[in-house]
Amino acid sequence: MSQFATKDVQAPTPAVRVVGVEKTFGRRGKAVKALLDVDLTIAAGEFISLIGPSGCGKSTLMRLIADLDAPTSGTIEVFGKSARQARLDQDYGIAFQQAGLLPWRTVLKNIALPLELHGVPYAERAARAEELALLVGLGEFRDHRPDQLSGGMQQRVAIARALAERPRLLLMDEPFGALDEMTRERMQNELARIAHQSGAAVVFVTHSIPEAVFLADRVVVMSPRPGRITETLDVPLGEERPEGLRESPEFFERVTAVREALHGAPVRRAGEA
Amino acid sequence: MRRTLLWTYGALGLVAVVLLWEGYKAIGPADGVVVGAVEGERGSGFRILPRTNDRSMPHLWAMVARLFAVTSPGDPTPMWLSVLQAALVTLGIAALGLAIGLVIGSLLALVMQSWRIAEWGVLPWVILSQTIPLIAFAPVMNSIGVQIDKTIMPWPQWLSVAIIASYLAFFPIAVGALRGLQAPERAHLELMRVYAAGGFTTLRKLRIPAAVPYVLPALRLAAANAVIGAIVAEVSMSMPGGIGRMIIGLASQASTDPPAPWSPIFGAVAIGLIAAGSVGLLGVILRNYRRGEATA
Repeated sequence: MSQFATKDVQAPTPAVRVVGVEKTFGRRGKAVKALLDVDLTIAAGEFISLIGPSGCGKSTLMRLIADLDAPTSGTIEVFGKSARQARLDQDYGIAFQQAGLLPWRTVLKNIALPLELHGVPYAERAARAEELALLVGLGEFRDHRPDQLSGGMQQRVAIARALAERPRLLLMDEPFGALDEMTRERMQNELARIAHQSGAAVVFVTHSIPEAVFLADRVVVMSPRPGRITETLDVPLGEERPEGLRESPEFFERVTAVREALHGAPVRRAGEA
Repeated sequence: MRRTLLWTYGALGLVAVVLLWEGYKAIGPADGVVVGAVEGERGSGFRILPRTNDRSMPHLWAMVARLFAVTSPGDPTPMWLSVLQAALVTLGIAALGLAIGLVIGSLLALVMQSWRIAEWGVLPWVILSQTIPLIAFAPVMNSIGVQIDKTIMPWPQWLSVAIIASYLAFFPIAVGALRGLQAPERAHLELMRVYAAGGFTTLRKLRIPAAVPYVLPALRLAAANAVIGAIVAEVSMSMPGGIGRMIIGLASQASTDPPAPWSPIFGAVAIGLIAAGSVGLLGVILRNYRRGEATA
């Protein structure tokens, strides 16, 4: 399984350590508290789902970890380094809600972009891109350009690109948000498999409860105004997440637990099939 | 299929011009229509329709036939060959002007994109520069060119003409390239930040490719401007050898040889078509940079 091997699976330090983080947008007077008093530790290889309604700061938290924004106060460490250093060292791969592919590049060239920017020799990055195109099931489309692909295919290219440098940490901001339900479930299965095989830690932002439960080892529930973590729920459904899990009672039980945590009160099961 | 249709429309347009010209010539009064003329006073009143006699409006076939006659009684070269030679001179100057304009325009755009303050400081001057009339600027450029010490640097007159052409050409390129360099969406810029790519890498891998769809139309405008600039500068600097001078020279013979001035005009049209066609070809070569990403 060398193709999935990460840089360092047995990292002793946690993948992400967030301590007392606060993020305020805007100036005094019109300031908006996007995050308040957030503490979160993500172990190496752990899969975390961040869930919550719009405006709860889950995307903001992910952007802080990615060093796309700086916290107003508090510290963020990624593999024991500052978030900025981790970004400069390319310790994480990232995928956004929009695929964000460069339209003039083919599938393979899009996947190889980070490798190309970091001076990986041509032959090596071509081989890696080829390998990843197969992994996300786009082998036949390797020379297509983004406008010739469906939204789901574009998103798969973006995920392949995020994996290109074998990161020990994957940051994903609603990567399946724009996909139809069927594609979405297939992508979730793929991601569960990839995450398991690569041993990378994953921070997965979503507002779909089943998606969060199906994928994560731990679901972090957030609430808005001000954005904060209200609850953290373990999802002890095992290392591997086979398709059949979606039909199991344990799965529904965790879904209900997350829903209750989100709504802050017990929810009747009547609506469940 | 769509291609054939476009060519058909193009041909129809040409046919329409021919029909208008010859049609009006056939039905219009030979002396045109003048309103408000005072009896016995020459040149009074307003001519609202032009004369249709052979001196004012030669037949199209006369114009074409003139291309295959000798240039002038003293010059046995066929007219089309003289026009071709002059057109090549002007085309070369226009191409040089376009190249200079492309370099200067792109550099200005790069500077303006890199420093916000440069955009505020430079862009108004770039726009202002285009309000100076070409015929005012051309003689100034000419006298500067004449004053340059020929022993230090040879400065032929055609170089001054090319500078004037570039003066018209750089403007659309500067504005178009600036828009293009600023075009990448936030998501793409953040991606480059995620990859810890520096300003130069971002420029090379993201901004420049993203600017192509903006630069191509600007280039088409610039090419047309360069041709116009070259022709007008040739005229106002009295530079011999180019199509501009030929238009003026033959226009003065129009009373004795009415179809003659049309020969260099055809030549000028051909230069314009070649300029626009070259940019179109460039667009075909760069077609992969003109794709839009389909939204998910």
